Amino acid sequence: MRRSMLFIPGNSPAMLLNADIHQADAVILDLEDAVSPSEKDAARILVRNAISALKFKGTEIIVRVNPLDSGYTRADLENMVPLNPSLIMPTKVSGADDIRSIAAMMTQIEGANGQEPGAVGLMPLLETAEGVLNAYAIAKADKRVKALFLGAEDLTSDLQAIRSKSSQEIFYARGQIVMAARAAGVDVYDTPFTDVNDDDGMAEDAQFARALGFTGKSAISPRHVSIINEVFSPSLKDIDYAREVMAVIEEAKRLGKGAISLHGKMVDKPIVDRARRVLEAARALGLGGAKHE
Amino acid sequence: MNKMTSTLGEAIRLAGLRDGMTVSFHHHLRNGDYVLNMVMAEIAAQGIRDLTVQASSLFDCHAPLVDHIRSGVVTGIETDYMNGYIAKSISEGVMPRPVVFRSHGGRPAAITSGRVHIDVAFIAAPAADKMGNANGVDGPAACGSLGYAIPDSRFADKVVILTDFLTDYPLTPASIEETDVDFVVKVDSIGDPKGIVSGTTRMTRDPVALTIARYASRVIQFSGLLKEGFSFQTGAGGASLAVTQYLKPLMKDLGITGSFGLGGITGYLVDMLKEGYFKRLMDVQCFDLQAVESIKANPLHHEVSAVRYASPLAKSALVDSLDVVVLGATQIDTGFNVNVHTDSGGYITGGSGGHSDTAAGAKLSMIVAPLYRARLPIVVDKVLCVSTPGSTVDVLVTQRGVAVNPANTQLKDSLKASGLPLYEIEELKQMAESYTGTPAHNRPMGRVVADVEYRDGSIIDHIGSVIR
Repeated sequence: MRRSMLFIPGNSPAMLLNADIHQADAVILDLEDAVSPSEKDAARILVRNAISALKFKGTEIIVRVNPLDSGYTRADLENMVPLNPSLIMPTKVSGADDIRSIAAMMTQIEGANGQEPGAVGLMPLLETAEGVLNAYAIAKADKRVKALFLGAEDLTSDLQAIRSKSSQEIFYARGQIVMAARAAGVDVYDTPFTDVNDDDGMAEDAQFARALGFTGKSAISPRHVSIINEVFSPSLKDIDYAREVMAVIEEAKRLGKGAISLHGKMVDKPIVDRARRVLEAARALGLGGAKHE
Repeated sequence: MNKMTSTLGEAIRLAGLRDGMTVSFHHHLRNGDYVLNMVMAEIAAQGIRDLTVQASSLFDCHAPLVDHIRSGVVTGIETDYMNGYIAKSISEGVMPRPVVFRSHGGRPAAITSGRVHIDVAFIAAPAADKMGNANGVDGPAACGSLGYAIPDSRFADKVVILTDFLTDYPLTPASIEETDVDFVVKVDSIGDPKGIVSGTTRMTRDPVALTIARYASRVIQFSGLLKEGFSFQTGAGGASLAVTQYLKPLMKDLGITGSFGLGGITGYLVDMLKEGYFKRLMDVQCFDLQAVESIKANPLHHEVSAVRYASPLAKSALVDSLDVVVLGATQIDTGFNVNVHTDSGGYITGGSGGHSDTAAGAKLSMIVAPLYRARLPIVVDKVLCVSTPGSTVDVLVTQRGVAVNPANTQLKDSLKASGLPLYEIEELKQMAESYTGTPAHNRPMGRVVADVEYRDGSIIDHIGSVIR
């Protein structure tokens, strides 16, 4: 389960060395925007050695690679795919064709390295107007696509929108990406909140993203990780309620009914599905409700 | 009676300073101090030689001492801490006689017991009157507390006050009282305010330090000591200071008020006093301007002498009533012995200060340190210098795990429910080495350049020259 994804610059040995202490569910080791063109090859070697040598305890590894038009994508993939990261994050993805070209490169690399074809998944970064509009086609372009990821900074620049803390300018994009990802049956992750000194703003932004349907959210500061983890974890109240729902629906089944009332509200299939997801998440995170400890 | 002398030279002559004597200085002006260099230059000009400098700490600004060592004006140094060029030069063997390192509590214990005899104390005073009443809270070079100068003023044979801010008589409050003062000298400037205290102490944003601080606050939370009347000391840097920012919400949730914050005081502790988290601050040294302003204005913020702060020979000292102290380390070994005197290469870079005193006194003495710095492990088999014995250290907190001293079985049990990543210290050493590799054996050291005296007066270690 990935609630939080922490960006780690691929050219910082000290940050790579301590990437796994911040309790992020995943770290995104960045070869793209954090690294200047003159340091691309150095960062690639550093990230490759870091993945090989360090344990990254309790955190998944995702590598953000450079966009197709940069000319660095193939070299990035050739170095990273053989290391079996959980996901590769391709950038500036504008349509299904981009995914198909990247997937083809990956298949070739996996074949050359004796890896199972399709072993390494993709989480495309949608950060252009075209990419957001094509979100569903991108999500469905290849079986490797496991999640979509919204990048608001580049997107708002492409939209010629004004970036604000309230993020109203990305409301449509957020909705569109969640809709596409859910329709395609993949996860969906929200853009980072960029004010590293505003913990309250961070929490509000994460709560809003969760309410919209995002699976989790990325962070550019380790300080934001615990806030995101909390927002995207089911609360003890949620867990207790989900257990009550499961109990009454069993009762309804026994009585031969499809719906039953709990605390004066009707419990039917969508409510039960949500309760089941809450309990699955709680199990995955090792959380327990108060009544059942 | 006239205690005012027209020049510093006259004060030195009237004090009767001769070859072979001991002169003392305090370090409240830190790296902004002009007084030690000014006095030593005048002493050298008068042709006096073979002196022992008894300074509570020495900083990079005291680099001219190295020339006085080379020329034979200074042949002995006794201090609690040194860094910068003087420390580097001592490590490289500039002085034939070893430096004597004491702690901030051991120094006043040695002075009050007569084991250390000061012939003339030269006391930099941010404000003083013509009879020698002096304080640290007024004047252009205000530094706040003068706690480390107080035992010198009481026990030196002769006391010379140097000030750049002469006030009407009688100056109140007076940290140094006229009853102890022989001479007063007005000088142009005693120090550079920029080097004396930092404007504001900045909270670290280093995520590794913040992780360590978060774990450290959880150790305190589960130690059983975080209750009404809690007392606390922490350092001014990195993870140590950051512990306060995690402690505040814990104290608020529990609805408890601490009895006192101790030690070198920063703006963060001043804020906690103002917000009612602590009832009092007991201040031997101010670290920033906020602390200086507070000690001047807030009656709950008290100046304390080095004797009352930490002397093991006092009938009781504040460190003996301390619940929790958070301390740093350049190295810690698997016996929990801590080095704060040298870096991993053996160069002197610090000293005990109040490290070993607070570790001995506090109910919970906690070391916070990253598991590795650059490519060097911090947890080692044997520290290059024992500054604080492992028997007085309860727990090590790093960004990857917490190790409790096996001697403290109670703490070990208490932390089981904390959810903290608990390890044996040997496991943390192995973890560190899994990142850094196993370092080469300690480099062989040259002749002894410093003796480390523990607070009880026993020699606990020697520091060797880095030059073989």
